[in-house]
Amino acid sequence: MIGLIGKKREMTQLFEEDGTVVPVTLIEAKPCVVTQVKTEEKDGYSAVQLGVGQKRNVSKPIKGHLRKGKLETVKYLIEFRVSDPENYSEGQLLDVKIFSEGEIIDVSSFSKGKGFQGVVKRHGYSGGPETHGSTSHRVPGSLGASATPGRVVKGKKLPGRMGGNRVTVKNLKIAKVEQGENIIAVKGAIPGSRNSIIILRKKRNKKKKGEK
Amino acid sequence: MSKKETETKEIPDFNSGDTVQVFVQIQEGGKTRIQRFQGTVIKKKGGGVSKTFTVRKVTQGIGIERIFPLHSPNIEKIKIIRRGKTRRAKLYYLRERKGKKAKIKEAR
Repeated sequence: MIGLIGKKREMTQLFEEDGTVVPVTLIEAKPCVVTQVKTEEKDGYSAVQLGVGQKRNVSKPIKGHLRKGKLETVKYLIEFRVSDPENYSEGQLLDVKIFSEGEIIDVSSFSKGKGFQGVVKRHGYSGGPETHGSTSHRVPGSLGASATPGRVVKGKKLPGRMGGNRVTVKNLKIAKVEQGENIIAVKGAIPGSRNSIIILRKKRNKKKKGEK
Repeated sequence: MSKKETETKEIPDFNSGDTVQVFVQIQEGGKTRIQRFQGTVIKKKGGGVSKTFTVRKVTQGIGIERIFPLHSPNIEKIKIIRRGKTRRAKLYYLRERKGKKAKIKEAR
């Protein structure tokens, strides 16, 4: 569904009227330009491509592509699958107004990279005993059975690179929309570091039972 | 955004050791009334909107401590009764003291 491209600002807290504290993440979402509308007939699927940001050197093919949206430069080009491409036109501006307070959205971003991590941090293994003569403090332990199957099962959870993946957090509530400053406050934490790019996506309307 | 909201209400400048009266709004069966809580500030903690302070008082020999978010809309106002002179920011030592020993000198 349609959404916006934003930037993570910081985490803070808001007060509800009765004094309840709500932990929120502030996301700065500057107006995004529709750079391309993809339709079923032309492209085989329907989507809206949004562009935001500025970049110094833009390649010629991208420049030509942006002419439709009457843009000079763009830092990010991201597509959103939509079911109603006819409602969007190239060059149209989308801003925080598409979201409303109390709405439930999905947020995607790249998580913070943790480097090469062991099995305790990466997969939540409990490790071995710390004392009583034990030397197997944070080791994974047995990798499997012996002669049968005689190999390590594919997909076995082992040490390796952790973080830096694209993570989607679903069903986050919008606590506040500040139109003048292009800021959206989402309840709870979201992946990624400050200033990292965030994709906010509206939820698809739920299909009713029996509907196809 | 967060800055603007914190500046809407006037908060007096007080510190650990000061005796304050906190006017707290309380919801009771659809009605709101104001309750006063008077005691010594024993700590201030946090920064920005998430700043909190702890007020301690002793009633009938039982110590009561309440933690208030400084920018909570439930706090109507904070009245400073007395300024105290202290040598530390966190007055946890008051918890172990009773009577005259738990007194704080007045600042001037």
